[in-house]
Amino acid sequence: MKKLTYILAFTSLVSFAQQTPASKQTKSVLIMGGTAHLGNGKIQENCLISIVDGKIVSISDATVTKIGKHDVVIQADGKHIYPGFIAPNSTLGLVEIDAVRASDDESEIGEFNPHIRSVIAYNAESKLTEAARPNGVLLAQITPRGGRISGTSSVVQLDAWNWEDAIVRENDGIHMRWPNSYARSGWWAEPGGIEPNKRYDEQVKAVQLFFDNAFGYLKSDKKEKDIPYDAMNGIQNGQKTVYVNANGEKEINDIIIFKKKNNIKNLVIIGGYNAHKVADLLKENNVSVLLRRIHDVPNSEDEDVNLPYKIAKILTDKGIVVGLENSGDMERMQTRNIPFYAGTCAAWGMNKEDALKLITSNTAKILGIDAMYGTLENGKSATLFISEGDALNMKTNKLVYAFIDGRQISLESHQTELYERYKEKFEEQNTKSEVKQ
Amino acid sequence: MRIFKLLIVLLTINLSFSQDYFPKNDGVKQTFKNIVAVTNATVYTSSNVKIEKATILIKDDKILEIGTQISIPKEATIIDATGKTIYPSFIDLYTEFGIQKQQAKPRNSRSPQYDSERNGYYWNDHIRADFNASENLNYDEKAAKDLRDTGFGTVLSFNNDGIVAGTGLLWTLNDGESNGNRILNKKISQHITFKRSSLSNQSYPSSLMGSMALIRQFYHDAKWYAAGNSKTKDVSLEVFNQNKNLLQFFNAGDKLNILRADKIGDEFGINYIIKGSGNELEKIDEIKKTNATLLIPVNFPDAYDVSDAFLAEQVVLADMKFWNQAPYNLKILAENNINFALTTADLKNPKDFLTNLRKAVELGFPKEKALAALTEIPAKIANQTNIGSLKKGNLANFIIASGDIFETKNTIQENWVQGNRFVIEKIQPSDIRGKYELSLDNKKYDLNIEGEISKLDAKLTQDKLEYGTKLTYNEPWITMVVKSKDSLASKFIRISGLKSETGLSGKAVLENGKEVSWMATKKIETTEAKKETVATDKKEDKKAPVYYPVTFPNMAFGNATKPKQETILFKNATVWTGEKEGILKETDVLIENGKIIKIGKNLPQKGKVIDATGKHLTAGIIDEHSHIAISNGVNEGGQNSSAEVTIEDVVNSDDINIYRNLAGGVTAANLLHGSANPIGGRAAFIKLKWGYNPDEMLVKDAPKYIKFALGENVKQSNWGDTERLRFPQSRMGVEQVYEDYFSRAIAYKNEWDAFKAGKTKNAPRFDIELETLSEILNKKRFITCHSYVQSEINMLLKVAEKYNFKIQTFTHILEGYKVADKMAKHGVGGSTFADWWGYKYEVNDAIPYNAALMNNVGVTVSINSDDAEMSRRLNHEAAKTLKYGGVTEEQAWNFVTLNPAKLLQVDDKVGSIKVGKDADVVLWSDNPLSIYARAEKTVVEGIIFFDIDQENAKNELVQKERNELINLLLDAKNKGLKTQEPKKKSTGHYHCDTLGEKCREFHAKYSN
Repeated sequence: MKKLTYILAFTSLVSFAQQTPASKQTKSVLIMGGTAHLGNGKIQENCLISIVDGKIVSISDATVTKIGKHDVVIQADGKHIYPGFIAPNSTLGLVEIDAVRASDDESEIGEFNPHIRSVIAYNAESKLTEAARPNGVLLAQITPRGGRISGTSSVVQLDAWNWEDAIVRENDGIHMRWPNSYARSGWWAEPGGIEPNKRYDEQVKAVQLFFDNAFGYLKSDKKEKDIPYDAMNGIQNGQKTVYVNANGEKEINDIIIFKKKNNIKNLVIIGGYNAHKVADLLKENNVSVLLRRIHDVPNSEDEDVNLPYKIAKILTDKGIVVGLENSGDMERMQTRNIPFYAGTCAAWGMNKEDALKLITSNTAKILGIDAMYGTLENGKSATLFISEGDALNMKTNKLVYAFIDGRQISLESHQTELYERYKEKFEEQNTKSEVKQ
Repeated sequence: MRIFKLLIVLLTINLSFSQDYFPKNDGVKQTFKNIVAVTNATVYTSSNVKIEKATILIKDDKILEIGTQISIPKEATIIDATGKTIYPSFIDLYTEFGIQKQQAKPRNSRSPQYDSERNGYYWNDHIRADFNASENLNYDEKAAKDLRDTGFGTVLSFNNDGIVAGTGLLWTLNDGESNGNRILNKKISQHITFKRSSLSNQSYPSSLMGSMALIRQFYHDAKWYAAGNSKTKDVSLEVFNQNKNLLQFFNAGDKLNILRADKIGDEFGINYIIKGSGNELEKIDEIKKTNATLLIPVNFPDAYDVSDAFLAEQVVLADMKFWNQAPYNLKILAENNINFALTTADLKNPKDFLTNLRKAVELGFPKEKALAALTEIPAKIANQTNIGSLKKGNLANFIIASGDIFETKNTIQENWVQGNRFVIEKIQPSDIRGKYELSLDNKKYDLNIEGEISKLDAKLTQDKLEYGTKLTYNEPWITMVVKSKDSLASKFIRISGLKSETGLSGKAVLENGKEVSWMATKKIETTEAKKETVATDKKEDKKAPVYYPVTFPNMAFGNATKPKQETILFKNATVWTGEKEGILKETDVLIENGKIIKIGKNLPQKGKVIDATGKHLTAGIIDEHSHIAISNGVNEGGQNSSAEVTIEDVVNSDDINIYRNLAGGVTAANLLHGSANPIGGRAAFIKLKWGYNPDEMLVKDAPKYIKFALGENVKQSNWGDTERLRFPQSRMGVEQVYEDYFSRAIAYKNEWDAFKAGKTKNAPRFDIELETLSEILNKKRFITCHSYVQSEINMLLKVAEKYNFKIQTFTHILEGYKVADKMAKHGVGGSTFADWWGYKYEVNDAIPYNAALMNNVGVTVSINSDDAEMSRRLNHEAAKTLKYGGVTEEQAWNFVTLNPAKLLQVDDKVGSIKVGKDADVVLWSDNPLSIYARAEKTVVEGIIFFDIDQENAKNELVQKERNELINLLLDAKNKGLKTQEPKKKSTGHYHCDTLGEKCREFHAKYSN
């Protein structure tokens, strides 16, 4: 119990503009009791989780296991334990305020920018990052936007002093926006309807040409250095994943052809709104999907009003590895709602533990960080949190402890501080008025 | 062909007559025009009177006599029209024919233009009342020919440009004459439209509701001006008043716009002649009720090319269905006895007019109605008695057709306008096709002429050897060039001749230059073989046409009939009353006649019984801040105040988001103007009655609201560098906008009070904007104000207190928690987002604990959406307040039901489950605050508008109809009908700062 008090004291220390990153784990931690949602589809009721040196050294059933002394013991009876949620295809730390151009570092000019690296612009001290953590999002793939090939992403953990310390997997993949076979006509002030994109074939050819040249360059003696082509290294051997943004059925078909033609080992569809129409093909070609924001309206007025809530299940039932992403309007702020996207998938037919995989183990697999993250398993990083209740339901998602690599991180933020400050102000006012009476 | 053209010109010149009193300098004066007698025709003197074997006598431009017992003067030129059918020439009352268009001046600045550029005219340059079509004419012979070829003889022309578009004229399509002869009425009509003038960049109005407000204000000003109250001259108002007794035309377009135009007409006592768009069948009952006379175009959409299955996905069911339905529009209008005339308006090619009309006739639009809508009805609308029918003394405007004009096989051959004969189609040449025996230079050949009559092919053979032959036939002349037998040498036989009784004969020039005569005799053919081929041709393609009936609304998920009120008993539910009774377990709720009748245990069975065991019944969600279901613009941002506009004018009952919201348990929404200006527009409170009309959705007796806005949007912070002209550009300026408008409103109110008390003689100018602000001062209209930071919130409270009114609600109010005590003291509510922030600078200090903090200090709090996606998950958003700030479940639920009802002052009718309140309830599968809850049944006033049990069937029906229609579309393409690319109409969602119809992509980034 003394240990618990220690932790509580620690969490209320902070009152900087940004939360101070926690230091390396030195004390062993034991979580006792509670329901562990392992992130691999399984549940461990009444669990015991031992965390030493940043790793889960054991996870087991408390009723049958005896465990040695730990420096810190957390009683988690009645609570729920989850692996840290992962936000893929995220611009956290790249933009602070949408409307303030000076705070916007998410895209670069030019069409083919594989050499543009997001991670060096990642602001580890962003207010939006710290606000995502209290809902359980502890990892993110920081991804550039814009162009045909937007650039190279990296995976980070969300409690660090700087981008370098934040890196979990550097340069994990190249992000590409596949041409659209149809396009919105008009311009922003007078938008027209959606019409076939007459330049689609030409645009696809341009992508192929870039890949041809890049692979040619990489096989050459590279006498003249070419920075963008150099950045394409690692695609064919699977060191780097190719992430392709596309939603249309035709586009996804074309992407599969493209994958085969170019011997791309790891290719992931981002968006994938119509991926369920080509599910067998995706499965056959071992292509995963980072499904676009679940809380959205259907693309067409003719579609099932709840289609966006059901796609993840349709794809999962077909055997496709699906993760959830949330790019779009206010995407950084919405990062904290990622758990509820999974909850909505569960509300519309998915098993809750399978829905959890959409934001934990599946995403970790897709991002290539599953050796250490995404599930609660022996030997994996202790990146996890404890919630009062079901973390996929906003009603009960209330974090009490969160750990990244065994470091117990702050769950405070700029927002909780303002809350405390004004709560106190009004409580004080109330006390004063009560005294007066 | 050249001869033919010459003939037309000659005819025209011969028959023409110039004005008597004009001097003649190029010859002697000739005035004699012979009488023409058209004889032996079948004549429709009007749509329902047909005379056989009739004669028409024409003298000059008029009909001298018409009938069967006419004696033909001996000098008359006789035109035998045996076998022909004659109709009055058509009249089109809606054209821009022959109008000299003005060009807009090029503009250098990219900044908006707020003021008018014209001097001495109305303050808004989109009012072009001073434009007279008759003073801007440029008779266009080519366009006239196109119209005449389609059967038209008289048109009304006007300049379809501007909200008040000036006057139109009525004239004939009589080439070779002066306008003096052609014009029947130089000022027949005055035209109103919803569309801005292409000649002006003035920013106001930028929305449909702005156009409507401008029309109304202009009418008020015209009346005030007419009473001599203006100190200054205003050309626009003056000419408008002069023209107010002309026919008043309204270019409305879409079916809902017809209702909108009619509403304005009702307010000002004007019976508009309203131009529709061809989709009237979708709202036929309501349009019938308007009693308006309509002008209907016949521009049916081309079939979508759906051969590419991926691209076909882009075409929505509504568009495919409308492709099927459009040709039935005229039939349905006729069945409903709506008074309408037809127009070529909106057609890309006037030649499609007859094709489309015939299609409509084939599908059941009665011929006599079609004829009436082209002749006597437009004549009657135009009060022009001498056209539109054929009788003595009328203008000799008629068409001669080869037969019944509504049959595809027949053609219009001549169109006579004011006695001038315009030949459209040369009589078809006689048929020389067949097999001949040709004798030439003592040799016999087989000649076979085949192909189309207009494009003949000839085959010349001798002993199975075929010669290269080219034949042309220009009746009665035939020429052939035959390549000689020696194929290596370029030698030809040239044959020319005439058609004769027995065949063909003439002269030929041989390879060697020797001239010989030739003849060809027709071989006798068995006629039976011929007949057979004709018969089989006809058998094909006689499938009965399929009609997809209009649904309510006419799109995916529309209802076959409007859903009706039911008596429903919910048995054994967990009932979230929202009242002091709290949450009642295992309770029954009875609804009847649209109201909640009883709440209790074990109520007796009545009506439809729904087993709600294990389920939760709540009041329907009310979205205090919504922008769904709005037509053509959510912001009237053309000025810094737009209190004169109202969303009530532009409720769009066909927005799929209504249905999606119902699927999320929403039953009512407060549709707000955007936040582009400090004083925005008036709001519309609607019930989500999917399939009902805008008028039926509006809650008429609900208190009236107006949207105000503060902060970055009103000072245009995020609109780019070109938007630096409109006051205010800072929060400091925003305060002064209110000071300005409210002090003016007080002065206005005083002026009217003085007038009403008889203290002043002249009525003050009626100003819709200041009227609205006076309502606020009189506590008859309430403010919901878009706001973010504490300074501005506090400021508006002080302004309101100074002018002695109360702000009802701050919406968004993300820093409300900082001044919650001040808000509670003022009595203003807070309608906020559950967790939005980070999208612009002013939301830096936005916190998700805002709702809880305000609530705890005593502010009435609601959670709103401002977003068509979030609005269907407002239960999620309410649940977030449990997480952020820990309010109780009942409080959280009230944030989206009873509290918004309180803020909207409709909590006596909706917002909770209480006996006597409207039966707006939702049955949930689970605790409604749980993410796992699904809305299963959504009921508005006792009508089930969403039922999860029907969803599979509805989805399947959409797919079924899509497949069927895609097959019909493919069929149409295979038949060679014209197609269009598959496309989807723009269907963006509005947010607070969507400007007019502008930009979704751009503003999506900075929404709200």
